[in-house]
Amino acid sequence: MELTLWTYEGPPHVGAIRVAASMKGVHLMLHSPQGDTYADLLFTMIEREGRRPPVTYTTFQARDLGGSTAELVIHSIKEAANRFKPQVLMVADSCTAELIQDQPGALALGTELPVPVIPLEMAAYTRKENWGAAETFYQLVRGLLSRQVPPPGSERPARDPDKRPSVNLLGPTKLGFRCRDDVVEIERLLTSMGVDINVVAPLGASPVDCQRLPEADANINLCPEVSDLTCSWLARNFGMPTIYTIPMGWGATRDFILEVAAVLGLDIDPDSVGESRLPWYSRSIDSTYLTGKRVFVFGDGSHAIAAARVARDEMGFEVVGLGTYSREMARQVRTVAKEFGLEALITDNYLEVEQRVQELQPEMVLGTQMERHIAKRLGIPCAVICTPAHVQDYPARYSPQMGFEGANVLFDTWVHPLIMGLEEHLLHMFRDDFEFNDSVGPSHLGSEGEGARATDSNQADEDAGDLTWATDAERELKKIPFFVRGKARRNTERFAVEQGISIIQVDTLYDAKAHFSQ
Amino acid sequence: MSSVIASSEVVGHAGPGEQERGQRAVFCGLTSIIWLHRRIQDAFFLVVGSRTCAHLIQSAAGVMIFAEPRFATAILQERDLAGMADCNEELERVVAELLGRRSGIKRLFLVGSCPSEVIKLDLETAAAKLQAKHDNRVRISAFSGSGIETTFTQGEDQCLQSTVKDLPVLAEGARNLVVVGTVSDIVEDQFRRIFSDLGVEDVHFYPGRRAQELAPIGPGTQLIAAQPFVGETVRALQARGASLISAPFPLGAEGSRGWFEAIGDAWGIDSDTVARVLELPYQRSKRAVAAQFDKLSGRAVHFLPDSQLEIPMARFLTEECGVAIKEIGTPYHDALMMSGELSRLHPDIKIVEGQDLDPALERVRSNRPDLTICGMGIANALEAEGLRTKWSIELVFSPVQGFDQAGDLAALFAKPLVREAVLEVGSWS
Repeated sequence: MELTLWTYEGPPHVGAIRVAASMKGVHLMLHSPQGDTYADLLFTMIEREGRRPPVTYTTFQARDLGGSTAELVIHSIKEAANRFKPQVLMVADSCTAELIQDQPGALALGTELPVPVIPLEMAAYTRKENWGAAETFYQLVRGLLSRQVPPPGSERPARDPDKRPSVNLLGPTKLGFRCRDDVVEIERLLTSMGVDINVVAPLGASPVDCQRLPEADANINLCPEVSDLTCSWLARNFGMPTIYTIPMGWGATRDFILEVAAVLGLDIDPDSVGESRLPWYSRSIDSTYLTGKRVFVFGDGSHAIAAARVARDEMGFEVVGLGTYSREMARQVRTVAKEFGLEALITDNYLEVEQRVQELQPEMVLGTQMERHIAKRLGIPCAVICTPAHVQDYPARYSPQMGFEGANVLFDTWVHPLIMGLEEHLLHMFRDDFEFNDSVGPSHLGSEGEGARATDSNQADEDAGDLTWATDAERELKKIPFFVRGKARRNTERFAVEQGISIIQVDTLYDAKAHFSQ
Repeated sequence: MSSVIASSEVVGHAGPGEQERGQRAVFCGLTSIIWLHRRIQDAFFLVVGSRTCAHLIQSAAGVMIFAEPRFATAILQERDLAGMADCNEELERVVAELLGRRSGIKRLFLVGSCPSEVIKLDLETAAAKLQAKHDNRVRISAFSGSGIETTFTQGEDQCLQSTVKDLPVLAEGARNLVVVGTVSDIVEDQFRRIFSDLGVEDVHFYPGRRAQELAPIGPGTQLIAAQPFVGETVRALQARGASLISAPFPLGAEGSRGWFEAIGDAWGIDSDTVARVLELPYQRSKRAVAAQFDKLSGRAVHFLPDSQLEIPMARFLTEECGVAIKEIGTPYHDALMMSGELSRLHPDIKIVEGQDLDPALERVRSNRPDLTICGMGIANALEAEGLRTKWSIELVFSPVQGFDQAGDLAALFAKPLVREAVLEVGSWS
């Protein structure tokens, strides 16, 4: 058993629902107890979908367990096939159904149905949501294309020189982070490179569309958490190359353009494709204050890696922590963390993340909805970079994370929670002003900052043991702006312990400051 | 007759005329933890289940993480299921870890889930064993919130029932009043003032704000339900000698008056005193509801099954707001709990027990009511089809009982209709 307060990912069958909900002409029959229909509200409430996801749940109850739940499964499968007339019916178990072993996939295959069936195995007790989405997408694509697979060893025919090059955009789903807008942005980018989009999947695709996947020249692995498995399968069986760069940030977008050009044999200058305001905004002197701001990055694997690079190379931040809840991406995140001189935090326990944030006392957190709450509690500015996300992260406006416009969005979104340059200086200088002081937070955020500062996040370290702060030292500490106060407190206490000082005086504070600034 | 406006000659309703079986779009009982853990401030709820359980609670709660929650999930792993790990030992370890983190916890509930029920994990025995181990600091009991056994609000019933055995015995010859079912703190305070004015003494709210606030139970105990989803708890209390006061639920001005009158009657308070005490809050309540009357009068409302509050809410809407009811769906019917309500409901109103989602939605589409009361997963889907909705969960999460909430309750129903009238953007249909 694993004690869990909050979970970053749902169970694997929620991943299956995400794939089904993203597509057209697909229906999922989920063998599951009453209550599992809660998954509907993820789509209708968080993403404001105007339809229920295309799922039929068996919603069995105790009284059904006495009889035959298998009959209920067959009944539900027939109902779903007849009522919704999908092109493909997927059949899966949720966690409880897995235990009663009705094998709904086998039951569906043994039932005469007017639609093809794709059975899914969701491994509810070992896997999680993103794995479930990846597995579902893969099984669906494999099921639809297995008869088209050329014999092993066949050469992939060269592209007809008269035909424009084309790619598939794989991985975007419902409930993904800004997938709706990223697809638009990347389509626009590719179009301006003279590259056609063959199929976008799962988002917006039908099974019939998926059968055209092999017609493209390459696959873009846009959301590897969902599309990695499918891209590898298409590469192995159809000889389709995969484009791996995630075009998030200015530099990565240019790398992406170069990789697409290289894979498709095109000669393209990234400057001719488009431009972003991020480089100038970051170079303009107003942004000087961003330099060296200590940020903590946590999220799914692909967003965390991309965000770390943008934070360091394009914003001029110092990345002091990097981690992911995606165990499937742990290796890649560790590699990147190493490049940054960091040890990656690989965990799906939000308490561990909170503890790390507390230890590092960053000046900003880039994370998920969970980290937003952690940061709020600790009084640290935060921007959300990936799922899990709340309803406010599914905005009405166009707000991609990828491509050149995505880079603009990242700059704005990450700067917004911070106190702006000159304001920060003034707070440093006149911190006793009765109405203009750091306890009210950034002036452009109104009352938003107030709640965050209301709880003093920088309380004495519980491990500080016998240390005491002299009253005037404590008063002096309060003069340090809140966004570095916690760090100053910790450093001073660490310094005092190292020096064998038990009562911290004003001088101890400044000795520590000098010591750590070396 | 497909819809009925309240008439003066109500003769009473016989209960659901139809049963429906099929896909049920309702939460499981685990959802009750969302309000129970807020109500009982020193209780902790440990769900023994799967990642789905953890995900359900946080999704239904809107991913609120402003503080460490007073609930958690012990997620069963493959090792637990394969029998490689002893579930009782695992539970012991997890509980020790939990109690180590949270020193203020006085009551721990082990909450059964669908997977724990299916693998027949005996949480009651586990709770008894753990009780022996942590006897000096925390009371431990177990209940089931699983979807195979409970629907949404039934989780509260199971929770309360599991603590009935801990309630002390009421001294012989003594009498007390126990209000059964979670009410919000402000409603409790209002009710206590009225009880005091009526001269009803020794009143207990069950559950109380603290786990140690335990109501003594015995033949001198009179029970009154604050909301409908406490049937099994009431039966367990009846088995200990308590008697149930039959009344409508305290929803709306009339429901609240009926509720207090029934209590006054059972307590032997003369009707003049009752009338005098209730007069002011009743009139105030009528005025508050009247402010919403024009927005609701003549509108057609359809209830899909969800919280078990469907029948009392429909009664309030017909009795006080001039609403026509197209259909009442209820997830299950407990005749004991509904007797005080059905007697006030017009017999021609269609009540369907159970659910088969797709046919039920088709009836909504063909009825085209002005307002559909439904679960959160369905609401936006109906809105996109041009139908106004109200999430039923709001009726459970908001203070709605009592005289001073009657206007708020009417306003909850009126809000979507007001919104439709004020918006000059796009079109719903």
